[in-house]
Amino acid sequence: MTQRASRMRDRVAGVVAPAVLIVACALAWEAVARFGGFPPKLLPDLPTIAHAFVRLLESGTLAAATGATLARLGAGFALAAVVGVSVGVLMGRYLIVEDTLLPIVSFLYPIPGIAYAPLFVMWFGLGDLPSVLLVGVSASFTIIINAWKGVRAVRPIWLRSAHSMGADERTIFVKVILPASLPYVLTGLRLGLASAWRILVAVEMLMSVQQGLGWLIFGSQQFLNTDVMLATIAVIGAIGMLLEKQLFERVERYTLVRWGMMTA
Amino acid sequence: MSASPNRRRQVTVRGTLGIVAFLAVYEAFARSGMFSTAITPPLEIIGVAFVSSLAGGYIFLQAGATLLRVAIGMALALTIAVPLGMLMGRSRLAERALAPLVSILMPIPSLAWVPLIVLWFGIGNTATILVVVYAATFPLLFNVWTGVRTVNQMWIRAAVVMGASRACVFRQVVLPAALPFVITGMRLAFGRAWIAVIGGELLASPQTGLGKVIFDANEYLNADVMLSALVVIGAIGLFFERMVFHRLERSTVERWGMTAQTRR
Repeated sequence: MTQRASRMRDRVAGVVAPAVLIVACALAWEAVARFGGFPPKLLPDLPTIAHAFVRLLESGTLAAATGATLARLGAGFALAAVVGVSVGVLMGRYLIVEDTLLPIVSFLYPIPGIAYAPLFVMWFGLGDLPSVLLVGVSASFTIIINAWKGVRAVRPIWLRSAHSMGADERTIFVKVILPASLPYVLTGLRLGLASAWRILVAVEMLMSVQQGLGWLIFGSQQFLNTDVMLATIAVIGAIGMLLEKQLFERVERYTLVRWGMMTA
Repeated sequence: MSASPNRRRQVTVRGTLGIVAFLAVYEAFARSGMFSTAITPPLEIIGVAFVSSLAGGYIFLQAGATLLRVAIGMALALTIAVPLGMLMGRSRLAERALAPLVSILMPIPSLAWVPLIVLWFGIGNTATILVVVYAATFPLLFNVWTGVRTVNQMWIRAAVVMGASRACVFRQVVLPAALPFVITGMRLAFGRAWIAVIGGELLASPQTGLGKVIFDANEYLNADVMLSALVVIGAIGLFFERMVFHRLERSTVERWGMTAQTRR
């Protein structure tokens, strides 16, 4: 009874404490926005931001921008996943590929993708193509590194026993290497998607694409529409959280946890 | 880690061949006439641009400005994230109150804030540094929090039983036990900060910096300057990742035996 009571109290505290803090933050924002002496054009109060959000939603601008951004993210990420996993797996499986590519990969890896943006504009013009390519390039390195590590971390004993039981190279690859390296590959894909998402918003600002959440923020700056900017930033954060929480945790649960390779 | 001299030579030869092949492909691409040499300059011209950027220490000044922004941003992020993370790790109430706020703000890419920060603080140094702070704070905070939370309870209880005061437990047990996470957090934070500072310099146009060099070169179609700045950006990133953080981890965390050696 007392245990249940304390658990109840725990749960109540778990809801109340964050709610109190978030309400406090909202009130603080509201107070500063209204009485802080800042121009409301620069620091809009919460009803204004909410109103901007509703307006964007009703006019379909937000949906169109989100759709365009997600399409770019999907295309860029697909590119990065295909290139990254293949290169990484080859590097992990064949020593000669590893020796040849590792110096280049380790040099290119720490260059922020966004630094290529002006160069890609020169090469491919403005718009969708360079944005997708840039997102693809900058996300692929994390995926390469993780896939490579994953294949290298496959236990030699598994390979040897599969080999001695008469499995050919293809079977070993499909039945042993791929499943065994999957935890690393999935980690790489998750990190790759996160970095693609972070870079994409900035890329859209630099590439002046037709539509997109990054462009919505950047375009609103010209007209001092801070309410639109803040509403868009909130949407960006929500999508980032969904991508991280929903998509990959679900994939991991369906594969790794089910196969007993990871505890939930 | 004891590779035979033969193997070591093999690695060097293959690595060199890989780099030479990569450069040769670029050179062929540059001279193929697919793009004008103004936007895909041959290596020779990039080399000349690099050497002339060394003259008078120009590139060092720019790199110094960028690194100074990263240093200030990281220092501010550390002063925010370490105490907050420790508080969240130690106090249930603080964790409950702050965790939702952190999980709302964390998935927002730092560069999405740039246009808004520019409106609030003007273009230039302050805006760029604030972007770096935003980018670096969350990986640090998250790691410190996790580190403090996952300190082995047995160690704390043992210390308490032996009569250690709260302050003593914190200083002698919690802090050292959380240190590996702090160091990992710093490495991740630097990676994010490095992306954010270049993006910030491209978007918030401060007076100096490597991102600014690229941005300015873009105006005059100086692809050679852009590429040589990219090489510098990559070299600095690689230097910090390998020489600074990797070494730091090896001389602290690994030496204390706090991480499993995963290298074969």
